[in-house]
Amino acid sequence: MVTLTFPTWMEPYRALATGKMSGEQWQALLRQLIWPVMGMAIFLLLWQLAAQRIDTSLGQFPGPVDVWEQAGSLIDEHQASRAKEAAFHERQEKYIASRLQQQPEWEPVYREYTGAPTFFDQIGTSLITVMSGFLLASMIAIPLGIVIGLSSTAHAAMNPLIQLFKPVSPLAWLPLVTMVVSAVYVTDDPLVAKSFLTSMFTVSLCCLWPTLMNTSVGVTSVSQDLTNVSRVLRLNALSHVRKIVLPSALPMMFTGLRLSLGIAWMVLIAAEMLAQNPGLGKFVWDEFQNGSSQSLGRIMVAVIVIGLIGFLLDRLMLMLQRALVWDKSSVQR
Amino acid sequence: MKALLELSNVGMKFDTPKGTFEALKDVNLKIDSGEFVSLIGHSGCGKSTVLNIVAGLLQATDGGVILDKHEVTEPGPERAVVFQNHSLLPWLTSFENVELAVKQVFKKTKSKAEIRDWVEHNLELVHMAHAMHKKPDEISGGMKQRVGIARALAMQPQVLLMDEPFGALDALTRAHLQDSLMEIHAQLGTTVIMITHDVDEAVLLSDRIVMMTNGPSATIGEILEVKLPRPRDRLALADDPTFVRCRQQVLQFLYEKQRKVEPLPKRESPKAEADRKRA
Ligand SMILES: Nc1ncnc2c1ncn2[C@@H]1O[C@H](COP(=O)(O)OP(=O)(O)OP(=O)(O)O)[C@@H](O)[C@H]1O
Ligand SMILES: [Mg+2]
Repeated sequence: MVTLTFPTWMEPYRALATGKMSGEQWQALLRQLIWPVMGMAIFLLLWQLAAQRIDTSLGQFPGPVDVWEQAGSLIDEHQASRAKEAAFHERQEKYIASRLQQQPEWEPVYREYTGAPTFFDQIGTSLITVMSGFLLASMIAIPLGIVIGLSSTAHAAMNPLIQLFKPVSPLAWLPLVTMVVSAVYVTDDPLVAKSFLTSMFTVSLCCLWPTLMNTSVGVTSVSQDLTNVSRVLRLNALSHVRKIVLPSALPMMFTGLRLSLGIAWMVLIAAEMLAQNPGLGKFVWDEFQNGSSQSLGRIMVAVIVIGLIGFLLDRLMLMLQRALVWDKSSVQR
Repeated sequence: MKALLELSNVGMKFDTPKGTFEALKDVNLKIDSGEFVSLIGHSGCGKSTVLNIVAGLLQATDGGVILDKHEVTEPGPERAVVFQNHSLLPWLTSFENVELAVKQVFKKTKSKAEIRDWVEHNLELVHMAHAMHKKPDEISGGMKQRVGIARALAMQPQVLLMDEPFGALDALTRAHLQDSLMEIHAQLGTTVIMITHDVDEAVLLSDRIVMMTNGPSATIGEILEVKLPRPRDRLALADDPTFVRCRQQVLQFLYEKQRKVEPLPKRESPKAEADRKRA
């Protein structure tokens, strides 16, 4: 006989199917499924009701159904654009092949397809930018945090600067970053776009701080006992940092990294909107400028997608944290 | 024979916000190789301070410590410490915790396989071979303390320093670990300095019991030699006249000569409390 073992979260459904529900399982079912679905349903209802009463200069505010339709049309547009691109490449291949037959010594010139980026292209751009900005910030913040945590001199020297720059909004950095990137990054054959660099640096500058602060606090709070162990073993400075300090600080560091990634995503959308840099922010801004009757619905789709991606990024960090951090109690939800 | 470890005129003054505080004054002690010495005294008298000075974790402000003709100036694995709260690295398994120490001490003299064998050997010595791949969170307090001892022993120290190693354990576990410790001491002949609050433990384990006076300016009050033959058996000793006399002497020192008058927090008797509530 085969016994199936169910994951614990599926237990209520199995019990429901077999008609044997305990009080506790009812509770679990309510908590996992019924309450969230109810909450969502009530939200959609209120949204629909409110939307009907709001008239904007671009027509009525979109309700859930309009937004659903717009999401569909965004997908269609994306597919249409991809089909066009495929057709373009096919034509080019054919042309080159036929010309090479007549003229074998000819050097073929391949052209890139230059259609307007679709909604999904913009999502891709934003994701790449946010990850690059976040990685750059982490690469600066973690080592710096360790130094500040280890040396009270470094702490005293940097603390005023950190306190000063930490609360600065991305919008204030943006013009400066744009100008500096334009001035410094001058090449004829750019590897990456200037707009990408501007967005990335702005994101890094803004999301640096939580990782920096949390890492330094994590490093400072290494227990005295473990430091004594390290002293008795005569670990050298490098081993001390690698074997004692870093693992001790890891839980705090991850808390900081999670906060940083959340900030990075928020900052990026704002920066893209303001600087007209490619990405989801630009999509929102373009739709706003475009001002057709569908614009609000399309912006609403973007809002939901932005929220969803933010949520998924956070989950990703959580999974990483769960996998890497030894102190499971430090991992909240 | 010259002593292995010698503390001469050790004094310790701490700078505190309220001025200097003299914790220790004129501590003189000689310990021979292979000896088991306990430090006993009331809480706050300076036992940990003495131990930390020997370990090199604290630097004495007066006098000094000489181990095997070398002055102690910094901590080192030849003076391994077993800390009161085990101090294992929580992200490493028992094996890895011991391995960290072994690699650090023997990386030049032992091969990879020898290192692994030595780690396992030391975990076996404290009867922890069965749980060597568990993390500190997954084992009991007594087991953690065993791993802490294995880590210290694995460094092959000249002196093993233990700061209330069994303080946080229940009586049964404590008795187990005391027996293990006696076994190991008999087997390896390690020199041990152990801080304890437990008079029975001190008498059972020690060759000499060093009794400290109350601070400030604490120093060694009396030293009692425990002339009981080894191996010692806790049950047989319970009414052995020498054991009882030693125990008596330590208790006398602690509760008559060095009686600590600590103002106890005022507590109402249950009756008085009940009366007050009714009123
Ligand atoms: N870093 C320090 N600065 C100031 N005073 C200290 C410091 N360390 C210890 N003391 C003081 O020195 C005295 C001895 O402390 P110590 O920790 O050695 O006592 P102890 O005998 O180990 O006590 P216990 O049995 O409670 O562990 C105490 O009065 C303590 O307040
Ligand atoms: Mg102490």
